[in-house]
Amino acid sequence: MSLSAAPFDAAAAARAWRPPPLIANPWLRWGVYLGALVYALVGIGTVEVNWTRAAEGLERGARFLAGFFPPDFVTKREDILEGLLESLTMTVVSTAIGIALSIPVALGASRNLAPLPIYLFCRGVIAVSRSFQEVIIAIVFVAMVGFGPLAGMLTLAFATIGFMAKLLAEDIEDIERSEAEAVRATGAGWFSWIAWGVLPQVKPRLIGLSAYRLDINFRESAVLGLVGAGGIGDTLNTAFDRYEFDTAAAILLVIIAIVLACEYASGWLRRWVQ
Amino acid sequence: MPISTAPDGTPLWRRRTPRADLLVWFGWLCGVALAVACFQFISERTIWAFVWDAPQQGADLVGRMFPPRWDYANQLWKPLWDTINIATLGTALAVAIGAPLAFLAAHNTTPSVALVRPLALVVIVASRSINSLIWALVLVIILGPGELAGILAIALRSIGFIAKLLYEAIEEIDPTQVEALTATGASGAQVLTWGIVPQVMPAFAGITVFRWDINIREATVLGLVGAGGIGMQLEASINTLAWPQVTVIFVLILATVLASEWLSARVRHRII
Amino acid sequence: MTPDARPLLAIRGLTKRYPTGDLALDAVDLEVPPGQVMALIGPSGAGKSTLIRCVNRLVEPTAGEVRLDGEEITRLGRAALRRARRRMGMIFQEYALVERLSVMENVLSGRLGYTGFWAAWFRRFPRRDIVQAFRLLDRVGLAHMADKRADALSGGQRQRVGILRALMQDPALLLVDEPTASLDPKTSRQIMRLLVELCEERGLAAIVNIHDVALAQEFARRIVGLRQGRIVFDGPAEALDAAALTRIYGEEDWSRTIRRAEAAEEEELA
Repeated sequence: MSLSAAPFDAAAAARAWRPPPLIANPWLRWGVYLGALVYALVGIGTVEVNWTRAAEGLERGARFLAGFFPPDFVTKREDILEGLLESLTMTVVSTAIGIALSIPVALGASRNLAPLPIYLFCRGVIAVSRSFQEVIIAIVFVAMVGFGPLAGMLTLAFATIGFMAKLLAEDIEDIERSEAEAVRATGAGWFSWIAWGVLPQVKPRLIGLSAYRLDINFRESAVLGLVGAGGIGDTLNTAFDRYEFDTAAAILLVIIAIVLACEYASGWLRRWVQ
Repeated sequence: MPISTAPDGTPLWRRRTPRADLLVWFGWLCGVALAVACFQFISERTIWAFVWDAPQQGADLVGRMFPPRWDYANQLWKPLWDTINIATLGTALAVAIGAPLAFLAAHNTTPSVALVRPLALVVIVASRSINSLIWALVLVIILGPGELAGILAIALRSIGFIAKLLYEAIEEIDPTQVEALTATGASGAQVLTWGIVPQVMPAFAGITVFRWDINIREATVLGLVGAGGIGMQLEASINTLAWPQVTVIFVLILATVLASEWLSARVRHRII
Repeated sequence: MTPDARPLLAIRGLTKRYPTGDLALDAVDLEVPPGQVMALIGPSGAGKSTLIRCVNRLVEPTAGEVRLDGEEITRLGRAALRRARRRMGMIFQEYALVERLSVMENVLSGRLGYTGFWAAWFRRFPRRDIVQAFRLLDRVGLAHMADKRADALSGGQRQRVGILRALMQDPALLLVDEPTASLDPKTSRQIMRLLVELCEERGLAAIVNIHDVALAQEFARRIVGLRQGRIVFDGPAEALDAAALTRIYGEEDWSRTIRRAEAAEEEELA
């Protein structure tokens, strides 16, 4: 079959053959390996561990786990319910407000819709909202509006804006130009153009992301209490502070149960939308 | 039928039937009512007097935060390095545990659908449901404050995340490539490493880098509960009302997170 | 019984009922002597694919026996089944190469059944395997592509690699599942010709599932027709006439199909 003049030397080719490496460029390959090794040594080396304290950990952990059992749902029932209601209401309101506000921000952060100044401003909002962990934002809001679920709600709403607007803006930038142009060609105004040409294309994703964010917001609402922003995290923190580990265990179980329920519900909703 | 006929004989078009229209409006009404009721609940627990002077408080806060105490940054390099370490080592540990776990959880690779798979799924769900900050809270009580608690907290939360996304990727592989290797007489372990691993490799690398990026962000706050990293300095500065220092910490966190996001986007782009 | 008379593959009463209740194979009896290239034709859903997958037990048969060189396959344990599979190379419709591995690795993956886990993990194959792989790659004109990734190849090239992977197993029998279904007519003929040539060179038997009746008649000596899990035709390619095709596929005007095949035959004779 081979048309080349010299016959193919399979033995020589086999001698020359090497298994293909993961990274083709040898400099980059060895650089990455060496870098990883050096980092691992330095990184692990600089971790300061109090080994005697950690060694006690096993025994402590055992005692701690023993304190978890059996979970006590009853003694602090009122507190748990109150915290749970706070968390759930925070989740609902913040998701609603966050989504409502994220749509204009997303439109502003889409290069194909917004003029440059508005684009930069909206992208800035998104970057700040996404870069800071919710807890840090909660600290600022607590400082501004005082302790309680309002601070938590504002935090989650702000985080929702960054999350939703970034993903939505990506989607809007990817829309079918022809469809949007067809609507514009009918002489539609800017608002009708958005409503008829752009939103229908991103609606399934909007709904899917909203369900997902609802899920995340509940999860996050469980920790904002640690800095005084209300919710079930507050109750959990108090339980830990008072060494009421059986109550803490109960709260953790409740959180896991609700997260699971949210996950199934949002999975179901996303399938239903598609 | 969205198309109906008016009494005078002209056809009418509506987007939905009147019934569907009503249902949609009712749905919206319920949603809005729920949100309003929830807000009512929150508002009862809010001291609005504090909120009304929030703008003043905010202005006051900003006033106290500026000018930033830039020389404080010199004391922050070590905590920042610790933060990155916590995220990276935690992610590495999570990968080491999460990747095998994913193979146990995926329908097409699990050794036993009846026994091992449900067990693996329970581990994944438990890990995912609990925020790393709560893990840190628990671990600080057990192991004492420090980076070790932070690394383990990050790892415990990430195991579920990595395992879940990876097992979904494993379940979506092309089965004929696996079938072809099985037909050569390869053993189960060989089919796994030659047929399945190459297929999920890009997804695996993408998931790992993505989680590392998230973990950098998470690691910045673990210090609030004593689990090491820059959050410890944040906690201390806030407790002593040293707001000019807080500004510096915020700026440093912002820069780190943006840099890690840029890096992870670059790496993911290269892989795909 | 002389050694020549003993069939390489002997199938008796092979039955497959899927959990859904569909009867894919209904007591099939079939013998394939060494070195024979046999085409298996029949309508979609007739059980062609199930039949060859029952031979190497990618699909577990419900009843019946499959003997390869006298060894009963259906009752083998896991390790013994793997050893038996090494003797049966399989070639797939959509090539089924591991796309993210290189061409060479895909060819060498035919040796997995002979190689230990760690040796395969570190790609430490015996030198003679690699030499053999290069010879085969050169034979099909792909030696220069050895280090390309499999997904960089065209359809015809991929199928060649798929064939080489099966040959690397050093098989006695090839199980070929619709080798040309994803290829254009010209490449289809090239692939079929290559397959038949390689089988002749090495004295391999082959069962080739194929949709294209003309192609089957042209390249296979013996044709077996399957309909609803039963063999309804078994004879030399020349014996496949309109009546036989009607038995296999149902009522249709077959004159053109046959004439095309006959014309091709006459060309070859001339």
